[in-house]
Amino acid sequence: MIYVRDNKKYSTDPDRLRCKLFGYATKTVGDKILSNVKVGTGIIPSIKKKSMFSVILRTVIKSKTAFAGLIIILLLILSAIFANVIAPPVFDDRLGDYLPSWSRQDLNNRFQQPNMEFWFGTDNFGRDIFARVIHGSRISLQVGAIAVSISAAIGVMLGAISGFYGGRCDNVLMRILDMALAIPNILLAIAIAAALGPGLINVMIAVGIGGIPGYARIVRGSVMSVKEQEFVEAAKSSGATDATLIFRHILPNCMSPVIVTMTMGLGSAILAAAGLAFIGLGVSPPSPEWGAMLSDGRRFMREFLPMVVFPGGAIALVVLGFNMFGDGLRDALDPRLNQR
Amino acid sequence: MAEKFLEVKNLKKYFKTKRGWLHAVDDIDFVINKGETLGLVGESGCGKSTTGRVVLRLLEATAGEILFNGEDVLKFNKQKMREMRQNAQIVFQDPFASLNPRMSVSQIIAEPLVINKTVSSKHEIQKKVASLMETVGLASRLENVYPHELDGGRRQRIGIARALALNPSFIVLDEPVSALDVSIQAQILNLMDELQDELGLTYLFVSHDLSVIKHVSDNIAVMYLGKIVEMSDYASIFVDPLHPYTKALLSAIPIPDVDIKRERIILEGDVPSPIAPPPGCRFYGRCYARKDICKDNTPELLPVSEGRSVACHIVHEQRKG
Repeated sequence: MIYVRDNKKYSTDPDRLRCKLFGYATKTVGDKILSNVKVGTGIIPSIKKKSMFSVILRTVIKSKTAFAGLIIILLLILSAIFANVIAPPVFDDRLGDYLPSWSRQDLNNRFQQPNMEFWFGTDNFGRDIFARVIHGSRISLQVGAIAVSISAAIGVMLGAISGFYGGRCDNVLMRILDMALAIPNILLAIAIAAALGPGLINVMIAVGIGGIPGYARIVRGSVMSVKEQEFVEAAKSSGATDATLIFRHILPNCMSPVIVTMTMGLGSAILAAAGLAFIGLGVSPPSPEWGAMLSDGRRFMREFLPMVVFPGGAIALVVLGFNMFGDGLRDALDPRLNQR
Repeated sequence: MAEKFLEVKNLKKYFKTKRGWLHAVDDIDFVINKGETLGLVGESGCGKSTTGRVVLRLLEATAGEILFNGEDVLKFNKQKMREMRQNAQIVFQDPFASLNPRMSVSQIIAEPLVINKTVSSKHEIQKKVASLMETVGLASRLENVYPHELDGGRRQRIGIARALALNPSFIVLDEPVSALDVSIQAQILNLMDELQDELGLTYLFVSHDLSVIKHVSDNIAVMYLGKIVEMSDYASIFVDPLHPYTKALLSAIPIPDVDIKRERIILEGDVPSPIAPPPGCRFYGRCYARKDICKDNTPELLPVSEGRSVACHIVHEQRKG
């Protein structure tokens, strides 16, 4: 990396920056870049690799709505991680032991309006709604993340195979997925959840399977357009196998729409899981699932609002957050809008 | 006579379309000698790029033989094909589309090495990439940048470095300079020339630009609508073109001299559709010297003098009588 002015290689290199360095080094000695470059010889460090992540993050933050969405998501993640710090276990006098704040019942304090001790009030068993909403974020986040991972992993694989090989394989796969698409997502989730029975893991599977066709369609389309590009042909001409072509060359160039869909999908997966819990197919009580809390509160809605307002508000806020962030992400990942 | 390196016999490539078979490459023959360059020239859509891709088996040929050092590539199995691919590489026309936008320069150049596992250790790969970048004249500080941050000339250098990574003996250059502006074109052409001398490479140079072809080729094949109409060494074709189409093409090269008035042959009509082409000479409809014989009989590519052959009834008749 040491360039000498009189070296012959200097002339074969069309590097303008270097010519500038050598030509004007004395004039711009005060300049930061040139300060350690002597006239005639110099060491020019390799340009550092810019991480995709930091570039995208910077673009996302520029947009106000996306930034707001990011804040909401970060708050959700923080409350999930630090749930036990925000709403620590409470000492129960009757049992003489610490009980989890979200399941500790206090029948003397039922239906309390929000106050300084119970910020969101208490429910029909005297449980702290605030603690339940905070602990519920753990369930929501888990369900969302795992369900979306299931649908994205399977959907991307199917879409890639379908788009890459085309022909009969594509036809068969896509017709099967069309059948799955014909069933409304929530109905499919209900059917699967009903078949598998209640429980957190079954909810994740039910919601995850419903999302597969969407990802497969998106990926198939992008794969079909990317595989025609010359860099794929170039890799093929040096002997790359199909797997190398798909995973190293095609899929990395198809990920932007998938990432956006995953972000938005997190919101809808949380919503779907809450919906399942609301109709009693989801997480079993006394888990502080937001949808289940809403379902419990429904009976007292006319007399006592906090039981529906806070879990319902949490769901709405989180879904809104993921959607706003996903919108910003789409703009950031769109190369046409991306003027760096 | 130099050693035959690549021999193509009766090569055909038809594409299936809704309206019938598209005759992209229709029965062509050519030979490239070791260390030489064959310039394949013709207007857009005449099948020259298809020929380059079929030779490398990036597209499967419909019929014919492609002999690399006497071995028929079309009969190779997967394993042999992999070995062949290390020997034959391609440089593409569009340096924007031919580089993976998600990979850095060094990753792109290293990719063939990684795929073929020719070099195992990371350190070796780095060394090889650095030397390749030096060979094609890329500053080593650019190793971590992404292709979209570079200009067309440098991107094309990356494409060349990638093609050279496996030490091939044959490279198909598919219009490697037509997406570049003229000053960069010259740089890239000179680089190719130097590389050919240094590494003893054999080129199949596809282009629509006659002046570029003249600059690089040892032999020139002129294609029209899937057929080779004239084949010649690089010098005589410009002095004495034989086929009417070649004459028309050459008359279109501008001469930078205002005093010279030259006869410009203007062809009428369009290139006919390559789907189900008519019998007879492909050029019949646009030819200014056509005769009745041309309408129904396809002229063969016959030698007319040392190193020259042409597919035209008119020329053949003149030579005979």
